[in-house]
Amino acid sequence: MKEVQQQYLSKTASKLKPSGIRKFFDLASQMDNVISLGVGEPDFVTPWNVCEAGYASLESGYTAYTANAGLLELREEISSYLSDQFSLSYSAESQIILTVGASQAIDLAFRSIIDPGDEVVIVEPGFVAYAPAVTLAGGIPVSLETKAEDEFKLTRESLEKAITKRTKAILLCFPSNPTGATMSKEELQSVTDVIEKHDLLVLSDEIYAELTYDETHYSIARLDGMKERTILISGFSKAFAMTGWRLGYVTGPEEIIAAMLKIHQYTMMCAPTIAQHGALEALQNGRDDLEKMKKSYRQRRNYLVKAFNQIGLSCHMPGGAFYAFPSIQSTGMTSDEFAEKLLEEERVAVVPGHVFGAGGEGYIRCSYATSIESLQEAVKRIGVFVERHRAE
Amino acid sequence: MNEKEIEILEILEDNARVPMEVLADMVDLSVDEVEKIIKSLEEKDIILSYSSVINWDKTAGKDSVAAMIDVKVTPKREVGFDEIAERIYRFPEVKAVYLMSGAFDLSVQIEGKTMKEVAFFVSNKLSTLDSVLSTTTHFLLKKYKHDGVIFEPEQKDKRIVVSP
Repeated sequence: MKEVQQQYLSKTASKLKPSGIRKFFDLASQMDNVISLGVGEPDFVTPWNVCEAGYASLESGYTAYTANAGLLELREEISSYLSDQFSLSYSAESQIILTVGASQAIDLAFRSIIDPGDEVVIVEPGFVAYAPAVTLAGGIPVSLETKAEDEFKLTRESLEKAITKRTKAILLCFPSNPTGATMSKEELQSVTDVIEKHDLLVLSDEIYAELTYDETHYSIARLDGMKERTILISGFSKAFAMTGWRLGYVTGPEEIIAAMLKIHQYTMMCAPTIAQHGALEALQNGRDDLEKMKKSYRQRRNYLVKAFNQIGLSCHMPGGAFYAFPSIQSTGMTSDEFAEKLLEEERVAVVPGHVFGAGGEGYIRCSYATSIESLQEAVKRIGVFVERHRAE
Repeated sequence: MNEKEIEILEILEDNARVPMEVLADMVDLSVDEVEKIIKSLEEKDIILSYSSVINWDKTAGKDSVAAMIDVKVTPKREVGFDEIAERIYRFPEVKAVYLMSGAFDLSVQIEGKTMKEVAFFVSNKLSTLDSVLSTTTHFLLKKYKHDGVIFEPEQKDKRIVVSP
């Protein structure tokens, strides 16, 4: 029966590989007493005032669709938020679409710009969904490997090397999932002439923009000549601890946003109404909670990164997001072996670096969005594990 | 007060049992530096004590009754409310005393073994004080949240165990 069913599948769907994260999810969910550093979302629940706003919207009967692009009031709020926090100016009427998570924004962006055979450069190690999203849109994802010695930042040389005549766009995500790498204004500036020379579009996934711990985030769209070629993607999941609300947004040049809106109105109609009401409250009154959460992540980052270096897993200090990305090369194991054995022997779940594409092998992703007590216990267990396996 | 001192206080207020080495890493200082800061905060009476929040309802063999008493008093020339407040807070059964704005002056929290004990305190010790004009006693029926701590927390992490 299975084979009969398979004959109906499209070639694209058949060829699509399941995410490497899935295996660890399956393993870890069957075990007890697991400390998970494998979770890619905040450990805070959504701030209560935001939840209240969600309830209130239901009580007031806001249960219908919104405009395709989302509530105008929310788009206006996003427009002033982007201007206040990141000095970016976008029109609420014609340049912002609310999406179902930043994930949908990524999908919309690729579907709006890719013709068959177009190449998109993906900065890796990177979020697992980028390359498949390019493939599903008919394009060809091209890996650009960033290196630990560059603190996983994008460099001119690596960018030049990844570009071909068919390259249409480059996808950036800084602060990065999984490396936590950030790019300063100067570092971004050093690649913009390459982008202009090859006339590339930039997809900048800035979902972690609020979670930077040493320097304030600087958007590439602020640099000269970049705004008109940048599609900026963000959302509420990470900054406001709203992952389950599924709400993101995309801004960019009018023509491109108009094309994305066409696809959005046929495939999604609009983002969830209740989530949009919650997001409005988050933007209007959520700053204090955001700052508190950020402070707490920063403290846990400081602890975890230092602890990894002390137990012999060398780890750069990530400037943003909530992931540490230590090297496990000193153990001689692949990241898959390391993660699997660590889970079996010590009941600590991490994500092997190879699932994040080029440059990820030899590393593991550890989220520090978990309680300081759990982090301490995890460090203890990983320390024992590393000691045992190094002795072998 | 500098930023690091405030950060240390915030962490300790939330969890006074965090190990010194962990606390030091969290605020990016050495253990020595943090110990010095904490010692000086203790000496300045900024950190007054390290206490625990305990749900006594869950323990057997130590029943107690708590009440919050609204107290109206006559303030005295020169010392204002401070003198009467002190005379009240010196009783060991008094857990807290606050000066309030509004319909009454002092809010007094008291704990006793039985309701009788609390009633005895109010009628024989508190009401008889010269400056006390009136008292209104509210017995506490159930604690939901105390000092920012929820008494019946849902502790389970609702996130899926591994996600991208």
